[in-house]
Amino acid sequence: MRLDVDIRKTLRSGHRTFELQARFCAQGERVVVVGPSGAGKSMLLKVLAGLVRPDAGHVRIDGETLFDAAQGIHQPPQARNVAYLFQDYALFPHLNVRQNIAFGERRGWRNPPAAHASREVERWLDAFGLREVAHQHPHELSGGQRQRTALARALVARPRALLLDEPFAALDTDLRASMRAELDALQRRLQVPMVLITHDPEDVRVFGEQVLRMDAGHMTEEQAHA
Amino acid sequence: MDNAWPALWLSLQVATWATLACLVLGTGVSYALARWRFPGRDLVDTLLTLPMVMPPTVLGYYLLVLLGRKGWLGGWLHDTFGIQLIFTLTGAVIAATVVAFPLVFKPARAAFEAVDPQLQDAARVLGISEAGVFWRVTLPLAWRGILAGVLLGFARALGEFGATLMVAGSIPGKTQTLSIAVYEAVQAGQDGVANLLVLITSVVCVAVLLAVGKLAPGRVATR
Repeated sequence: MRLDVDIRKTLRSGHRTFELQARFCAQGERVVVVGPSGAGKSMLLKVLAGLVRPDAGHVRIDGETLFDAAQGIHQPPQARNVAYLFQDYALFPHLNVRQNIAFGERRGWRNPPAAHASREVERWLDAFGLREVAHQHPHELSGGQRQRTALARALVARPRALLLDEPFAALDTDLRASMRAELDALQRRLQVPMVLITHDPEDVRVFGEQVLRMDAGHMTEEQAHA
Repeated sequence: MDNAWPALWLSLQVATWATLACLVLGTGVSYALARWRFPGRDLVDTLLTLPMVMPPTVLGYYLLVLLGRKGWLGGWLHDTFGIQLIFTLTGAVIAATVVAFPLVFKPARAAFEAVDPQLQDAARVLGISEAGVFWRVTLPLAWRGILAGVLLGFARALGEFGATLMVAGSIPGKTQTLSIAVYEAVQAGQDGVANLLVLITSVVCVAVLLAVGKLAPGRVATR
């Protein structure tokens, strides 16, 4: 994956302003953006996904322009085919595990039925050991099952890149280590490029093929890790 | 007794049409206010909530001024289409709609605002169109709050008195609704009729409130 980003975005909330400024080129399958909370990492990820529109600059993935202020290009999130793993997973509370995973498979105005079955959904239910809980709703799941459901939902569409927002922050310490190993193995197996944002040095150690640092809305440093 | 059942029937018609109008308009407006920020948003909210605190007779007077033969809207409707709203069932529906509107609009706005925006973002990233996000995520998570408001609005429309009397009058079998019939019966000393009408009204209102109580606390399980 080749990521070419140069963006600027000013956010105003009351009297406070926050300036996000990021300019970097990343090449590799595992890009980690590290920085303290409030540094603008989530905002950067949302820009990549198309959920936030920058004021200026451009975003290119593998040579394709997703955003370019000068040319007036802004691909909506629906068209970008990138997957997003939210920090607290953002599973749909009114749908069961199967419906959550199948959510993006079904277009249009109606949700997949409770017993929706497709080859991709079955594959992920088995791959993540979610078959026993397929009919359950998110609030009935353990932390690990929630994360696996969210990952399955993100991966069903075979995205061109996987964006992960502090993927292990919501888990307790033991589970964090095992889920980290699981994601590590999964990424190697699928070869799906990923951008992971974190404040945890352990994430940097495991996933940091290329590490970018962010502080107070600015990219401060770029380094090749491995 | 002759006026009791036609009055109930008229009230049900008025309340049903007014509730449908509130459902469509109230849901649409509350969704727009919950979703988009624009100048004057608070003013719109205030104006639409006003019927909740204003005396119904004052609202009725405003409607008369607006919809009457000399009103700018009523005059135009009459001159262009020959439509007359004052002293008609349609007028009663409009009066009930205005009065019941805040009861539908307020809970609907709260319900839409309670939906986690991240869930909508999650759906967008999964390739779902904006309309799909509304029907598949926003509405399923907000419908209980909307329905609770709709039931309250229905009960309010069913019992509407002041504004309806001002706009539609009290023509038996035509615009004389339940609560107006109660007033007329008591004025005429027909206690039997009044008792029956009061009983019917009370039963309907208790049933509606019980239904609202069932809907309100048990929200769809959250994350």
